[in-house]
Amino acid sequence: MSTMSRGWDAIVVGGGHNGLVCAAYLAKAGRRVLVLERRHVLGGAAVTEELVPGFHFSVCSYVVSLLRPWIIRDLDLPRHGLEIIPLEAAFSPLPDGRSLCRWSDPERTRREIAAFSKRDSEVYPEFGKKMGQLARFVKPIIDTPAPRPTSLSPLALLDMVKLGRRFQDLDRDLQGTLVKLMTMSAADMLDEWFESDVLKAPMSVSGIIGTFLGVRSPGTAYVLLHHYMGEIDGAFRSWGFAKGGTGAISEAIADAARRFGAEIRTEASVASVLIRHGEARGVVMADGEEIRAKHVVSGLDPHRTFLKLVGSDHLDESFLATIKRFKMRGSSGKVNLAVDRLPYFASRPGDATCLRGDIAIAPSVDYLERAYDDAKYGDFSRRPFINVVIPSIVDPTLAPPGKHIISCFVQYAPYAIKEGAEHWPERREAFGDAVVDTLAEYCPGLKESILYRQVLTPWDLEQEFGLTEGNIFHGELSLEQLAFQRPAAGWAHYKTPIERLWMCGSGTHPGGGIMGAPGALAARAMLKKGGS
Amino acid sequence: MPIPSPFHPRTSVLCTSYLWKEWAGYHAVRSYETSHEREYLAFRHGAGLLDVSPLCKYEVKGPDAGRFLAYVTVKDVTKLGLGRVTYLCWCDPRGHVLDDGTITRWDDDHYRMTSADPSYAWLHRNARGFEVEITDVTEELAALALQGPNSRAVLAAVFGSELESLRFFRGVRAQAGRIPVEITRTGYTGDLGYEIWIPAQHALAVWDALVEAGAAYGLLPAGLDALDVTRVEAGFILGGIDYTSARKAVIPSQRSTPQEIGLGWAVGLERDPFIGQAALCREAREGARYAMVGLDIDWDELEHLYDAADLPPDLSPQAWRSSIPVYHGVVQVGYASSGAWSPTLKKNLAIATVEAAHAPIGTELAIEWTVDHARKTVKATVVPRPFFDPPRKRANVVHEAATSA
Repeated sequence: MSTMSRGWDAIVVGGGHNGLVCAAYLAKAGRRVLVLERRHVLGGAAVTEELVPGFHFSVCSYVVSLLRPWIIRDLDLPRHGLEIIPLEAAFSPLPDGRSLCRWSDPERTRREIAAFSKRDSEVYPEFGKKMGQLARFVKPIIDTPAPRPTSLSPLALLDMVKLGRRFQDLDRDLQGTLVKLMTMSAADMLDEWFESDVLKAPMSVSGIIGTFLGVRSPGTAYVLLHHYMGEIDGAFRSWGFAKGGTGAISEAIADAARRFGAEIRTEASVASVLIRHGEARGVVMADGEEIRAKHVVSGLDPHRTFLKLVGSDHLDESFLATIKRFKMRGSSGKVNLAVDRLPYFASRPGDATCLRGDIAIAPSVDYLERAYDDAKYGDFSRRPFINVVIPSIVDPTLAPPGKHIISCFVQYAPYAIKEGAEHWPERREAFGDAVVDTLAEYCPGLKESILYRQVLTPWDLEQEFGLTEGNIFHGELSLEQLAFQRPAAGWAHYKTPIERLWMCGSGTHPGGGIMGAPGALAARAMLKKGGS
Repeated sequence: MPIPSPFHPRTSVLCTSYLWKEWAGYHAVRSYETSHEREYLAFRHGAGLLDVSPLCKYEVKGPDAGRFLAYVTVKDVTKLGLGRVTYLCWCDPRGHVLDDGTITRWDDDHYRMTSADPSYAWLHRNARGFEVEITDVTEELAALALQGPNSRAVLAAVFGSELESLRFFRGVRAQAGRIPVEITRTGYTGDLGYEIWIPAQHALAVWDALVEAGAAYGLLPAGLDALDVTRVEAGFILGGIDYTSARKAVIPSQRSTPQEIGLGWAVGLERDPFIGQAALCREAREGARYAMVGLDIDWDELEHLYDAADLPPDLSPQAWRSSIPVYHGVVQVGYASSGAWSPTLKKNLAIATVEAAHAPIGTELAIEWTVDHARKTVKATVVPRPFFDPPRKRANVVHEAATSA
């Protein structure tokens, strides 16, 4: 039986993880859903590719933190092959040969920190407790649609995290901390708690990932909370590697969607949304084919959705201006390495257990701020912050026996370099060299062990993965672009000014990372409001 | 005082946590590290190596070996093919379960039986009239469970690639160098896995070979705490925890029939007489009073209970084994006997005994849950067991040569 003859209820543009989650929920509710993915593989930025034979890379997104447990349960993802292996350590090597490693064992972590500051080692769990309490408090925001403020008064900032009602009940002390988190920089916030730079630097970076801000920029402290959000999703830590790479997450979701009856096509490039009388009627493919549907959902970022798929003819000036103002500003790149041996970190010779998690090249707060200085003036960081993971240690299926893959998330690599973004291809290898040179300072022998190197600049992320300006989160996760302002005030509930056109990507509430919540919440909104 | 198993010289050095327990009179590792998390993950993502030597093991040989075992257990094992393994239970004359375990048929007249509790006396007592020889080989035979998705690769590296084709619930004889072992594709984790039966004097050599070969496959020595979580995910029952052996029951209500513990499928009624047959036939006609079910404890409700107490959900990473009331409305209709938070499924699971009327899949019950020292109830839905059942558990390796032939 052809479902075509009966027509599609919804077309999802983009087979990224959120598009797939949205499709799965719609199909689960009995809707006839078609997913159209431009590339030959599913997953968008959550994708695994065998770039060289035997080496499977999580090309872009490389760890999973906040994939909502209720989505895992609703879609029965473990049955479809989802396996998440928690990170076991957070390792910070220093150029002088010392290092700090934080473990899931609190006593072990305390001893590690005490080597730098006895005071910090005892404060660390107190900080964790406070962040945990606050994370529990703001967590509902990422599991429900954004609140609808009546005004954009300064108080709305608090309303945004659903505090309005409950904020008054909060402990005075917690209230104060929360306000600080909303307004301070990550570095200033951590200064209030800790004295050791070696501890503060790797902690502060969670505030800047994916933003064009520095650790001393106001507002970055809030994102620290996200780091603790995963901790309260249930017993056991939830920061982890996906077995088979992050593409395996997308595959599991796609599998679930197919089981519910969704159809998924790859190498199916959508050119535009078919709009008649201000209403979406389907899509026009790159080859001119028209596919009609009652609803169209875009998993692409807001710029792409409105400026490319819809086009300015169909949108009013003020909305267009808002979308154009929505900050994309990609600030990071990715370097993926295939190596013929396990990297050797000079600061922990012979101890591979500290490599079973994430490794932060973030030796000091000043180092991070200096990396930002380069970017502010239109260049990539000479000595960047690098978040390194070696997932083949815990998941040997990713590389041939004895060999490994190294994933380096690199910040800063501003999209708008001073030569102009289109000149990134000429600077690509120099950027790759800066990353490898930096890492090799901690990891002697690294260069000799490299079998293959892939360098992804923000320009590449845009061209290959459709991430406008290379922004990994479909728009910066800065305070003014969150919740009811994501992607635009008045349009934070997955609807768009075009009737029957919806959004479900990371550019909608609650935002980026392999979370799945935008896709699921968009599907819910569609089923509630416009579901045929 | 417990005694060391044949692997003690290795396990005692590795067990840096000093977390041990007693298992059938042996020292057994609970977890090698202070948390069993990595060992659990090895079972599910790499390979875990567990010392299961304390299992009771009996050789049953002789012309009547098959007929004898068919008489003392609930299954007609004379029909078991060579090199096959079966899981079953055995009952007293009133049809109440004494123990459960596996039987492997190694030769026409040679079977091996495993049990949780010592069963020699009971086997011996019932052997009258059978030409059969029963030997307790518990101490002579060391045993290792090698479990997890990479266990096949580790096994092949040590015992040869022909082991890859060993099918689910089959056994085969193999060699590591000159050491003869028997390997069965069985286990208690509900995953791809094997059990290796080794002459005790060669125990350490086999352990060393597996650990060495396993290094490239994420193999970790694992203890009973990690096993406990996996066995709940697999939905397997545990004698002495989820049911009481008729041998140890003090009052009638503590006894269970095979059907009441979910092993009704293992019982072959229509055949030559066996111990408990009449009672089990009667039960088959009249129906069992209780049933063993899997419960999925509603996470959202649980989270709300904690939220109301201003607490984050705080579940132990350990599996639990205590009796917890299960309700239908306000009426208690049974009890949960063990459970665990499943890190893989992100679900809070329990195994429960409930009145048969409340056993159908999808039935909504409630389980008692203590939050901040106060007793509450949470919705718990009857779901099928196994809770976690990856295809790799049963999947066969098809060799290219075999498919082209």
